[in-house]
Amino acid sequence: MATGNGGAEKTRVRVTVNGRLVEAEVPVNMLFVHFLREVADVKSVHVGCDTSHCGACTVVLNGRAVKSCTLFAFMADGGEVLTLEGLRGSDGGLHPLQEAFHEEHALQCGFCTPGIIMTLYDYFGRGGDASEEGLRRALEGNLCRCTGYVNILRAARRAAARLRIPRKGLGV
Amino acid sequence: MYPAGFKLYRPASLEEALKLLDGFGEEAKILAGGQSLIPLMRLRLVKPSYIIYLGGIDELRTIAVDDGMVSLGALTTHREIAESRVVAEEAPLLREAASVIGDVQIRSMGTIGGSVAHADPAMDYGAVLAAMDGEVVVASVKGVRIVRFEDFILGPFTTRLEPSEMIVKIRIPRHGNWLTAYEKFAVRPGDLAVAGIAVAIRLEDGIIAEARIGVTGAGEKPFRAYNAEEALVGAEPGDAEAYKRAADEVYKECRDAPSDERASSWYRREIAKSLTVKALRRALDGA
Repeated sequence: MATGNGGAEKTRVRVTVNGRLVEAEVPVNMLFVHFLREVADVKSVHVGCDTSHCGACTVVLNGRAVKSCTLFAFMADGGEVLTLEGLRGSDGGLHPLQEAFHEEHALQCGFCTPGIIMTLYDYFGRGGDASEEGLRRALEGNLCRCTGYVNILRAARRAAARLRIPRKGLGV
Repeated sequence: MYPAGFKLYRPASLEEALKLLDGFGEEAKILAGGQSLIPLMRLRLVKPSYIIYLGGIDELRTIAVDDGMVSLGALTTHREIAESRVVAEEAPLLREAASVIGDVQIRSMGTIGGSVAHADPAMDYGAVLAAMDGEVVVASVKGVRIVRFEDFILGPFTTRLEPSEMIVKIRIPRHGNWLTAYEKFAVRPGDLAVAGIAVAIRLEDGIIAEARIGVTGAGEKPFRAYNAEEALVGAEPGDAEAYKRAADEVYKECRDAPSDERASSWYRREIAKSLTVKALRRALDGA
């Protein structure tokens, strides 16, 4: 890996990734996104920018969406992380969010998609409603450079209907 | 980019953290949620030799109400503040500011202690803590001191923290029975505020008995706009002339508004002025 951190001190990090315990000695300056991609071999987690803006690296850590590029791996120590690979529908197939993104053609190049789905997973999981305003606010931290936002919002609403989420709720 | 290497300490107690800090001083950086520090380290604008990571210190993760104050442990995240029932009831302005910081992912990690220590002149908490006379509780091995928020911040990214000190709590007077609003304007969602205005109004017999106005983004540091507050006292809710007088005073008091790549000084002042009216309208609507 192009890390330029050959001499860096190491520290032990144990994280449950999609239900599987991953434990390793890693450099202290390793970012969590690199831990997920290179140590845990979870490749849906993308590096899309260098400035914490794009959200392509979004994962759900201890129940909340975070940008895994803006976290050192050791900060997730002892935690539980869910990535796109860990999503399942109740029948063991695709999760309703994944199905809806497929059906609404809510991805073009697909690079931002895992991050967007994990952000929405957190949002709906915490009582977020399917209102236009609520969804737009929820997705403020995720950029789609193909600018496919219209279909993304459509997919979010379709998933919400399937998850029995009200169109307009009490908000979060 | 990868941040440069450093030596890592993960203290399990506040006492241990303060001892480490006392030993390393300016060579060490405190890491809480990392949402300001890690981006700076990734750009290698900051290369600390030692990192003291506070994540293991649970005593800094508390929300409590005592003697008229809401007290937030330094590690309380913006999301915890935005989602807290106690904060919504006792310090609604703080809840409002916390819920518009950055984006949801940043709010999941970023902490109030980190935000105040970073001292960005456009921090959303700034307007609220200035308006309500919030306090910063600071600790070192020598003991604890309390500094008024507005005095704590010296200027852009500069505070009264000594190298051996760290923030342990932020305290804000309870204001659940005030009429409040925080209005922020940013060019794009997730950006820092061009300006932000917090207003809090206390009515007596249907007239404005006390007004607080805090400004962020439109000065060298967040501040309380005393002249604007004065312009409101004695007015009735809905008095558009009084709102305009207060907004004009805010404009005058924003004379140090910075010009940078996000906005010119003039633009920040104009935005601060119009946000003042917007916030007053929302706070006092139907009162």
